[in-house]
Amino acid sequence: MCGTQERGTDKRFVEEIDYGTPAVRSDKTVTLTIDGQSVTVPEGTSIMRAAREAGIAVPKLCANDMVKSFGSCRLCLVEIEGKGGTPASCTTPAMDGIAVNTRTDRLNTIRRGVMELYMSDHPEDCAACAMGNCEMANMAESVGLKQNRYGDEGANHLEPSPIGEHGVNFKELDVSNPYFAYDPSKCIVCSLCVRACEEQQGTFALTVEGRGFESRITAGMDEPFLQSECVSCGACVQACPTGALQEKSIIEMGMPDHSAVTTCAYCGVGCSFKAEMKGEEVVRMVPYKDGKANRGHSCVKGRFAYGYATHKDRILNPMIREKITDPWREVSWEEVYAHIGSEIGRIQEKYGRAAVGGITSSRCTNEETYLVQKLVRQGFGNNNVDTCARVCHSPTGYGLKTTFGTSAGTQDFDSVEHSDVVLVIGANPTDGHPVFGSRLKKRLREGAKLIVIDPRRIELVRTPHVEASYHLPLKPGTNVAVLTALAHVIVSEGLFNEAFIRERCDWDEFQDWASFVLQPENSPEAIEKMSGVSAELIRGAARLYATGGNGAIYYGLGVTEHSQGSTTVMAIANLAMATGNIGRPGVGVNPLRGQNNVQGSCDMGSFPHEMPGYRHISEDATRAIYESLWGVKLDNEPGLRIPNMLDAAVEGTFKALYVQGEDILQSDPNTHHVAAGLEAMECVIVHDLFLNETANYAHIFLPGSTFLEKDGTFTNAERRINRVRKVMEPKNGYADWEVTQDMARALGQDWNYTHPSEIMAEIAATTPSFAGVTYELLEKEGSVQWPCNEKAPTGTPVMHIDGFVRGKGKFVRTAYVATDEKVGPRFPLLLTTGRILSQYNVGAQTRRTENVVWHEEDLLEIHPFDAETRGVREGDWVKLKSRSGETSLRATITERVAPGVVYTTFHHPATQANVVTTEYSDWATNCPEYKVTAVQVAPSNGPSEWQEDYEEHARQSRRIVHVEAAE
Amino acid sequence: MSHDDKFKSGDERLVYMANQIATFFTSQPKEEQVAGVADHINKFWEPRMRTHLFQIIEQGGMGLSPMVMEASGQINRPKAA
Ligand code: SF4
Ligand code: SF4
Ligand code: FES
Repeated sequence: MCGTQERGTDKRFVEEIDYGTPAVRSDKTVTLTIDGQSVTVPEGTSIMRAAREAGIAVPKLCANDMVKSFGSCRLCLVEIEGKGGTPASCTTPAMDGIAVNTRTDRLNTIRRGVMELYMSDHPEDCAACAMGNCEMANMAESVGLKQNRYGDEGANHLEPSPIGEHGVNFKELDVSNPYFAYDPSKCIVCSLCVRACEEQQGTFALTVEGRGFESRITAGMDEPFLQSECVSCGACVQACPTGALQEKSIIEMGMPDHSAVTTCAYCGVGCSFKAEMKGEEVVRMVPYKDGKANRGHSCVKGRFAYGYATHKDRILNPMIREKITDPWREVSWEEVYAHIGSEIGRIQEKYGRAAVGGITSSRCTNEETYLVQKLVRQGFGNNNVDTCARVCHSPTGYGLKTTFGTSAGTQDFDSVEHSDVVLVIGANPTDGHPVFGSRLKKRLREGAKLIVIDPRRIELVRTPHVEASYHLPLKPGTNVAVLTALAHVIVSEGLFNEAFIRERCDWDEFQDWASFVLQPENSPEAIEKMSGVSAELIRGAARLYATGGNGAIYYGLGVTEHSQGSTTVMAIANLAMATGNIGRPGVGVNPLRGQNNVQGSCDMGSFPHEMPGYRHISEDATRAIYESLWGVKLDNEPGLRIPNMLDAAVEGTFKALYVQGEDILQSDPNTHHVAAGLEAMECVIVHDLFLNETANYAHIFLPGSTFLEKDGTFTNAERRINRVRKVMEPKNGYADWEVTQDMARALGQDWNYTHPSEIMAEIAATTPSFAGVTYELLEKEGSVQWPCNEKAPTGTPVMHIDGFVRGKGKFVRTAYVATDEKVGPRFPLLLTTGRILSQYNVGAQTRRTENVVWHEEDLLEIHPFDAETRGVREGDWVKLKSRSGETSLRATITERVAPGVVYTTFHHPATQANVVTTEYSDWATNCPEYKVTAVQVAPSNGPSEWQEDYEEHARQSRRIVHVEAAE
Repeated sequence: MSHDDKFKSGDERLVYMANQIATFFTSQPKEEQVAGVADHINKFWEPRMRTHLFQIIEQGGMGLSPMVMEASGQINRPKAA
């Protein structure tokens, strides 16, 4: 659907067609003629869209194919034979048998008149017009407008000239948003931006203010954009036809000259973007309409926050040092590889083969991740490989594999368009997964019902035109109890889907489970006491989910990051099976993944017990595939997980670690313990864009590359394999996969990949669920969802359609076990953690962009009641103390959190929120219990001693001695 | 050994983790309990961890839940390192 066009150079520019109005779904079609051509379209399609599908572009200003038409500009008029008048083609549906003319003399005259009026109020020196970023100039040209009889003398919105009187309605440029500017003088009040903000984004930040000629668009209550509710998603900027809303980067750099479609490197939604470039520089990122995850929408991170790629803090040369207290010394690539080779060799010689390991990244590509685990298994000769998905979604893998048979979500994002009831638990999609959040809100505005289970009153509970039917504000740590109580209601009231269970699951197992959930201690009345959620709410929510039509569950880290994380995932799966909500569009169990490639890194064999495709390391047949290909004997024993590596390091049997693209010191729980583990190692190799916090404990630093600088693939939360395309040369010289390859060579392995497509070929050849994946297929299809093989040549949008992957779906008893992290007199409050929209994970990237205007520091949310009893006022510094440690940050007082609960984010290293989190973890996977820590809060004067010491250590350990250019 | 009360020492953590696994399987159907614990430990525990576990068991299994003790017969003994 997109064309690629030459623009002077050999570089290509991706153009997308704007069909004028959104596609319509209908089983019926209509056939009409337009300008003599016969066209068949689904019933309900506009004449404008039908024409465009036939290759005829009707002039238009106030319509695009992302939002409903409005019919205000009158430029798109057409004639219908045998009918009087000139209806607007954007608002008139195509009918069977009609004959439409889009170009007649009468129409041309009307259109010229319309354009003339518009142009009389459009700045003559419009820079956007001159650059070709303004539809006005195009339309004027397309309707043949040559003169402007009105001049610009009348009342208008242009900037007043020093002598004239005009411009009485002039309004100042709004440049408050760091990424785009609003110039009211160019606004034509087509309301496209208003509709984009409402329909696409669902924020309702924009309104038309004033009447008639005076009217203009304003943000919020006539505020600057930055102060309004605007979340800077950029939808209005794409929609604006005139350059009134325009990226600042376009104003500064001019129009791009080449582009490529690529995938956002932030969250697990995995939005597709056109990276629009000028030479080696990104001019802007524009969401790609054919992107099947985002369908042309984006959030502030992917759309605008790419500035970190060229940030001055990026390290571009390899560096080494003997001790972590020494300053860094820049070295050549040859020297660093030789050093790595000898260090790993020395350590394995001295401490044994199992004394080294690696950590793969959920931010790197599938191909890069595959290579890191291969380096560990083949090069290091052990299975000590893990990924930071350990600290977020490992329970998803365990739980869904046990119950359904695959470690992944069951649906695609489009599925939500068919949901009738959506249950969101432990996730905050509008902040964590904004583009999915917008798609969800759209469905809710269309009438789907919402249940939210979360300790906090997240935005979705109440937001413009959306209100949850049920919000279950449970005490942190009681997910399993509440979910089992929901099951109790469903079973006791006979709301389960017997036919589905008999066909797809094991009936005896169901009965065993049913008798378990029916036990009185699982009744809503019993659970009310420990969860703090009233039995009535639990009953209501259960009935709605079981009987409201297609029921879909979406969950996030608020489910997994608990000592019962895996149990919770299984409880969710139980609910979906019991109600038959599996195996078709609109239903399912959907983990919302944190980082862009969490799914991919898990798929690629990053866990110490699993080869790619989730095959256990003890399976002889699986090992045989790799042994013959790699020419080594593989260890059949599971390796160490991240927390076990750190334990082993403290104990003295684990000495070297290669960490690609992760910051375990900041992202893993109990910072003191991580620091102690890292300090005990002899060779820590960090491969990253920046000297991150982990690098403070590193001996070798390898500079990394950004997603803009390499080819590869990411797999999003829908199992969708999306292409990442290189649009600029790596500033550090090498893509990350090349660096890993050179490391492997230094360890004596004969690796000769010349392009990531060859790595994918190896993945496909060895992994059944990826068997059909090739770069050619991705080129053709845009993206595919695994499993992709002979049975599903173009991938699998919805899983478990005719039966579960494991055969019969397995019901598992989910007894509630209270966490050992308990409140008491010393630590009376429960701390839970999360993320906000403008920042990402540990913030290493987003903190290095203008996004900091929305989140300068991590704040502690505390209920007014708890604040008052402690004498804490808004904005005060407070000390946050747990059994593990203490830190200081500022407080903000809000009723979003319940009394007894406090909340913070973990985006800034200065806060070190993980200094206070504990070492408790999920029983099955050791995924840390981030979401529950007993704490005390007290007023304080400023940063804690540890924060100050740490700052000093960080400052010391970031010293670099630059050498004169060697080569 | 760390006498820091902030975090558990290696052995204490292992005992804690093993007991956590046993707690989960306690709620499962009878025939899946002991086998479940052993299978889980075999699948996810690196040999060093299992070696430690056996050391703890051989010293009397201080702190270990009876189900872990019962499962120990089915836990794979790591090859001598
Ligand atoms: S950037 Fe997004 S949220 Fe902000 S006004 Fe535009 S459409 Fe609305
Ligand atoms: S951060 Fe997530 S939602 Fe935002 S643009 Fe990137 S992939 Fe899309
Ligand atoms: S595009 Fe149809 S009236 Fe504006």
